Amino acid sequence: MSFNVELKSVARHYGPVRAVDDVSFSAGTGEVIALVGHNGAGKTTLIKLMLGLARPTAGSVAVLGQNPAAGDASVRRRLGYLPENVSFNPALTGRETLRFYVRLKGGRPKEEDALLERLGLAHAADRRVGTYSKGMRQRLGLAQAMIGTPAVLLLDEPTTGLDPELRQQFYGIVRQMGAAGATVLLCSHALNELEGNAGRVVIMNEGRKIADGSLDELRHIAQLPTKIRLKTAEDGTRRLREWMGEPAGLRQINGHIVEFDATPEAKAAFLRRAAGEGAPFVDLDMVPPGLDELYAHFLAGRILR
Amino acid sequence: MNTILLLAAKEVREGLRNRWVLAATGLLAALALTLAFLGSAPTGTVGAGALDVVVISLASLTIFIVPLIALLISHDAIVGEIDRGTMTLLLSYPVRRSQVLLGKFLGHIAILAFATCVGYGLAAVALLATGKAIGGGSWTAFVAMTASSVLVGAVFVAIGYLVSALVRDRGTAGGIAIGVWLVFVILYDMALLGLLVADQGRFVGDGVLDALLLFNPTDAYRLLNLAGSDDIAAASGMAGVVQNAALGPAVLLAALAAWIVAPMALAAAAFSRREL
Ligand SMILES: Nc1ncnc2c1ncn2[C@@H]1O[C@H](COP(=O)(O)OP(=O)(O)O)[C@@H](O)[C@H]1O
Ligand SMILES: [Mg+2]
Repeated sequence: MSFNVELKSVARHYGPVRAVDDVSFSAGTGEVIALVGHNGAGKTTLIKLMLGLARPTAGSVAVLGQNPAAGDASVRRRLGYLPENVSFNPALTGRETLRFYVRLKGGRPKEEDALLERLGLAHAADRRVGTYSKGMRQRLGLAQAMIGTPAVLLLDEPTTGLDPELRQQFYGIVRQMGAAGATVLLCSHALNELEGNAGRVVIMNEGRKIADGSLDELRHIAQLPTKIRLKTAEDGTRRLREWMGEPAGLRQINGHIVEFDATPEAKAAFLRRAAGEGAPFVDLDMVPPGLDELYAHFLAGRILR
Repeated sequence: MNTILLLAAKEVREGLRNRWVLAATGLLAALALTLAFLGSAPTGTVGAGALDVVVISLASLTIFIVPLIALLISHDAIVGEIDRGTMTLLLSYPVRRSQVLLGKFLGHIAILAFATCVGYGLAAVALLATGKAIGGGSWTAFVAMTASSVLVGAVFVAIGYLVSALVRDRGTAGGIAIGVWLVFVILYDMALLGLLVADQGRFVGDGVLDALLLFNPTDAYRLLNLAGSDDIAAASGMAGVVQNAALGPAVLLAALAAWIVAPMALAAAAFSRREL
């Protein structure tokens, strides 16, 4: 099986700084992968390595079967890139800007109009980019990355500065691109928004890959507890606690809400019992471990995979 | 080739939009017209033709202003785009770095050529409007002067790219650009003059002097235009130099061409090694 992106023991050092250190992973068609990590974790450097803009200190990078540093035009034409903090010449209009990139990439004639339409910028197409809001500039950035329906899409912190609605639109488009067969790699340090949007998460820390898998797999590996929150009738928590046998770690939130953390086994056992007659609560919420907890867990180095 | 033209067209469009073209053309036109009117008033009684005088004064104007404009538009070309982050995006496209450099070069030269031709052309038209008789030789000198002014502009655009490809930040590029202008337009000639006076012809022979003149593109330009035709040489006081100099127009043009090719090649090398 050949991968669209394949990194083998790649390192990129800047003097003493190990921006990327011994990272290997591969990404196939249709995969939407989130690169997650704090600032300085090496996400941008990793993307620059895939673009051929940074040269590896060690290891090898292959994008669409080629070394990206060779600058092969046929590979570049099938690659879309949205830089972190994308910027355009403020004096040109959105349409002029996009048309330039369409021609540069040998895109279809009038492709810029279709993309402006698709990203909801048609109404502002003939306004100077200098008058655009941050969200509009970001959408223009995504539009240029989508020229020619790329096979590999590299998006560096695409959602910073976007409001929640735009974020959802953004991920909608990303999922469509993935469904159409593109390999999408996107950097983020906003973890909560990846739920349901990224099929796979690669966690980076100080240049190293510390975890790699689907959200479910990672949760399973981490064995993080699920938070269960129970709601009773007014002043019913005493009876509930007795029914549960006063478990350690139970937190009383207020007069009618309690909460506790359950390991996967404890969770199953509890749910079987709770399904029976006479369980003294009226409502139940389960909060699976979020990416923040997951991230903290892997960062603490308890499991290195 | 298509890619280079596309990049050049973008440079021109940006130049038009942010008023660089307007500013450069306006400045050159205003100065050229002023010189044309100041210069054409008293010359009726002296031997030189009206346009010859204008050629001489515009050539001096070129030496001061054209390198300045060229450096202003070129010093930011690479380091500025890297700083703003637009270069990373551009280089993720199917574009080679040499194409980026050549595209920018063509675009910037087009802007300079437009500004120079319009600015100086207006001066010539104004002179025609005053009804003075102008000989064919004068026209040739005028056209040659205008064309070589663009050539000198190209030299300093290339030098500006070299600076831009080498330095880490935009402020440094600006500072060095001003320094380059000061050296080639003012300091070099002052130092050369000082050397000749101090030397009194003991060590610096004609051969050395020729070489030293070729080492400054503005001097090569000066010789090309002021010593190029006998009439102009006489009127500009360069007749003495013409007789001594072994520097024909071909050598001078070759020197200017070398002054374009060498900095461009070095800029391309520096840019290609640079990591973003
Ligand atoms: N060109 C460079 N020169 C020196 N250090 C660099 C360079 N690029 C990145 N770094 C360093 O490498 C580390 C990783 O940076 P980066 O990849 O930008 O992280 P991220 O995108 O995850 O925030 C940081 O410590 C950064 O300072
Ligand atoms: Mg980054």
